[in-house]
Amino acid sequence: MKRKALSLMCLSVLFTYAAMPAAYAARDMIQIKGSDTMVNLGQAWAEEFMMQNPEASIAVTGGGSGTGMAALISGTCDIAESSREIKDQEMEAARKNGHDVHEFIVAVDAIAVVVHPSNPVKQLTIEQLSGIYTGKIKNWNELGGKDQKILALSRERNSGTHVYFLEEVVRMGVEKGPEQFAPEVLMLPSSQAIISEVSQSETAIGYVGLGYVSDRVHIPAIALSNQGPFVSPTLETTMDKSYPLSRSLLFYTGREPEGTVKNFIDFVLSEEGQEIVRIMDFVPLR
Amino acid sequence: MSRSDNTVKKFFEKIIEKIILLNGFACILFVILIFFFLAKDGLALFKVSSPIQFFFGLLWNPLAEPPQYGIVPLLLGSIMVTLGAIAISVPLGLACAIFIGEIAPRWMREILKAGVELLAAIPSIVIGFIGMTMLAPFVKNLFGLPTGLTALTGSIALAFMAIPTIVSIMEDAITAVPRTYKEGSLALGATHWQTIYRVTIPAASSGIVASIMLGIGRVIGETMAVMMITGNASVIPHSFLQPVRTMTATIAAEMGETVIGSDHYFALFAVGLVLFAITFVINFFADMALHQQKK
Repeated sequence: MKRKALSLMCLSVLFTYAAMPAAYAARDMIQIKGSDTMVNLGQAWAEEFMMQNPEASIAVTGGGSGTGMAALISGTCDIAESSREIKDQEMEAARKNGHDVHEFIVAVDAIAVVVHPSNPVKQLTIEQLSGIYTGKIKNWNELGGKDQKILALSRERNSGTHVYFLEEVVRMGVEKGPEQFAPEVLMLPSSQAIISEVSQSETAIGYVGLGYVSDRVHIPAIALSNQGPFVSPTLETTMDKSYPLSRSLLFYTGREPEGTVKNFIDFVLSEEGQEIVRIMDFVPLR
Repeated sequence: MSRSDNTVKKFFEKIIEKIILLNGFACILFVILIFFFLAKDGLALFKVSSPIQFFFGLLWNPLAEPPQYGIVPLLLGSIMVTLGAIAISVPLGLACAIFIGEIAPRWMREILKAGVELLAAIPSIVIGFIGMTMLAPFVKNLFGLPTGLTALTGSIALAFMAIPTIVSIMEDAITAVPRTYKEGSLALGATHWQTIYRVTIPAASSGIVASIMLGIGRVIGETMAVMMITGNASVIPHSFLQPVRTMTATIAAEMGETVIGSDHYFALFAVGLVLFAITFVINFFADMALHQQKK
């Protein structure tokens, strides 16, 4: 008899677990997924928003812009954060799954090129950067620096920053150009890893979003051609578009936003939301 | 009353037997299903790219136009890091296993065994983190390199992950050697050390081989630590002091960005298939070695 009671108990426990997800699916739960560049910014927005709207619950996770897009397509997130525009293939896949994709520009990010503080090279053109990353320029003395081999660092391929840098810098603005990252380029899994490697290595060069720049690294000024002007990435130069390497940070939703999702996006685009962008060292829209 | 109790008992017995049977088969079923899943998507690559380009291609450049899916740099990267890790962990592990199994007094044996098992419990991301912040700068300064993110750094970190596997299986094999062998050797006038390396180790050799094989299997499939500390440059490696890109790190790093059903997605599955085949073969040989010992 005891055994029967025991097995009954086991069964009831099993059923409770099976019923749990339904209980957890609260109505105001928002899932945000995507760009690693934006994950801290998204978290800051979410915290402030939840402070003002205690009934809302927002979960922000990273994984890369592509991860966010995949989640959007499979319907496992409400908002996909992305540091690049949606690809045609992804748009098609989303449409096939019955999603009506909406895009929102929520902030701007400048891509800063970073080198070791002791590096005498103070300015670079896009063409020179392309040469460095395709392996045509191998030594710093070709750029007016010391006679040292260049150690080029890049983000991994799952990063929207990687894709942006590939198209705008390595391929010099030609989206499907023939240039490619040289095999010797190191692919690091995070922006933080690039900053720590560049700050330790005299010969390194890397790129990160403006929000990740610290005083442990030096930022050379960038110009489109060798006539100049050479511009350093700051809030002002990014907003007036004189700095050449900037991009929009985006939100994607799988349908017309409504309810909490809509309120959250409105909050992000408000004065207050854009002030958070400034605090997090990104560039606000206005 | 007692009779009905008996039938209930028998009934439960039967059910539990069936459940256990089902569980036993489930493991095999899962492996087969995973294999077919990998094969289905992995082999789809060969509709657009020839197997020769995949298996002998020297460039891994999935975002190029047209994309290049050559597995050679990734395969060599994985092999290099694994060989390095095994070269470091096997001598260390063997010494450790001999000490635990043959030399250490009983109280110390228990402490050492617990310590080795604790090493196995450290999450790989923590090892990667330590490798990135402590080991990489050390390797960089030691050899005067431009960067510390090299195959050697990965090998050292992975050696620490392989050691628990290697030590525990080796130690089992060594303690399983019958006492009579050792006593016979000692009775013939051999010293303790002579007994260990002339009698105990040869007698335990198949278990030792199995432990090395399983260590290799552990290392070649490791992802997170490797991705953080090997630099991930997809070059054909020429030395241990150079960044390499492993198969596991490639899959982990690129899967997030691929569009499901694209060529790149299939290429990553093909890499996974190769990885699966390698670990399968390694485990097979480890199993054979273990069975040989039992005979």
